[in-house]
Amino acid sequence: MSKILSAGTVAPNFALRVTPDQYLSLCDLAGRPVVLAFYPADWSPVCGDQLTLYNEVLPEFHKHDAEILGVSVDGAWCHEAFVKDRRLRFPLLADFHPKGAAALQYGAYREAEGVCERALFVIDRQGVIFWSYCSPIAVNPGADGILDALERLPKEGSADGHAKSTSRAA
Amino acid sequence: MGMLKVPVGQHDHIKGPPDAPVTLVEYGDYECPGCGAAYPIVDLVLEHFGRSIRFVFRHFPLTHIHPNAEPAAESAEFAGAHGLFWEMHDGIYGNQDRLSLPLLIALANALGLSEVELRDVLLTEKYAPKIKSDFLGGVRSGVNGTPSFFINGHQHLGTYGLEDLISAIESHLHARAL
Repeated sequence: MSKILSAGTVAPNFALRVTPDQYLSLCDLAGRPVVLAFYPADWSPVCGDQLTLYNEVLPEFHKHDAEILGVSVDGAWCHEAFVKDRRLRFPLLADFHPKGAAALQYGAYREAEGVCERALFVIDRQGVIFWSYCSPIAVNPGADGILDALERLPKEGSADGHAKSTSRAA
Repeated sequence: MGMLKVPVGQHDHIKGPPDAPVTLVEYGDYECPGCGAAYPIVDLVLEHFGRSIRFVFRHFPLTHIHPNAEPAAESAEFAGAHGLFWEMHDGIYGNQDRLSLPLLIALANALGLSEVELRDVLLTEKYAPKIKSDFLGGVRSGVNGTPSFFINGHQHLGTYGLEDLISAIESHLHARAL
C-alpha cells in the first residue's frame, strides 16, 4: 500500500478531464470542502458499489457544501459510459494522461498495477487535506469516515482555521 | 470493523423474543439480488437458533440503481403500520424476480390492505423520512453495500453464506457465555 498524503498537507492542484471536452481543476472548487475518492477502475465490482453508495449519500455531502470527485485512470469516454450506466450524479475525473499523474501527487498510485489506490481525501475550504484514508484495495471503505470528517471540519468563517491533524487509522 | 451506531429500538421491525441473547440486524434493499439470495438463508439462521435470536430489518435502498427499492420499502412500512411488516417483507423477497408496482399492489390486496391507501403512500412517499433514517444510520455504522449484517452490534465481515453466519453468531453466543 502506498503512503498517501496525510492531514495538514496542502492538497496538490490538478487539472483533469471531466468529460471528453472539459477539464476540472481542484482550484475551481476553492472555498468549498472537496472529497476526493481515488479508486482503481470503473466497472469493477467493489468500485461500482462504492460509487453507487456515494451517489446515494450525495445529499449528505452537499449539506456540508462539499463536492465529491471520483478519480481513476480510466479515460473520459469510459467514465461517461460508467456514469450513465450507474446514474452517478457527481463527476468522475480521468487521470489518464500522463497516466496516474494526479494520483501520484497524492501518494495514491499503485505503480505495479498501474491503477489508483482506493484512497479518500477530505480537503478543507482553504485547500488543505483535513483527513485521508487508504483502504485495502479490495475493501469498500463506505462513507462513514468521510461524513465524520466533514462534520469535524471547522465551519465557514470560523476563526479556528484549518487542519487539525485528525487522520484516522485503518 | 463497523459498530452499529443506532441501537435497536421501538422504531425497528423486530422478529423474535425481546430477551434473545443474539440480535441480528440486516441492512437490506428489496431489489438487491444479494439481499434476495440472503433472504432464505436468514430464515434458516433464525430457525437454527430458535428462541436464542431476534432479527431486525432496516432499509438501505440504493434508489438510483434499483428504482423499485424505495417503493418496496414504502410498501413494507405501510404494511408495518397495519401490523403486517413481515408478511409484506416475505411477499416482496419471495417474489423479488417480478418486483414492480403491480406486485406491490397485489401483495397489499392479498394482505387485505387498501390499494388506494398504498397508492397514496407511494405518491407522497409517506415513509421516506423513516427509510432515510434507516439508510443514514447504516451509512454511519459503516454499511457499504447490501446485504450488511450486524451481530450484537458488530458488523459481520464474512459472507452471508449459511455456515459463515451460523459460526459468527455462535462465536457471539460463546463470548456471552464466558
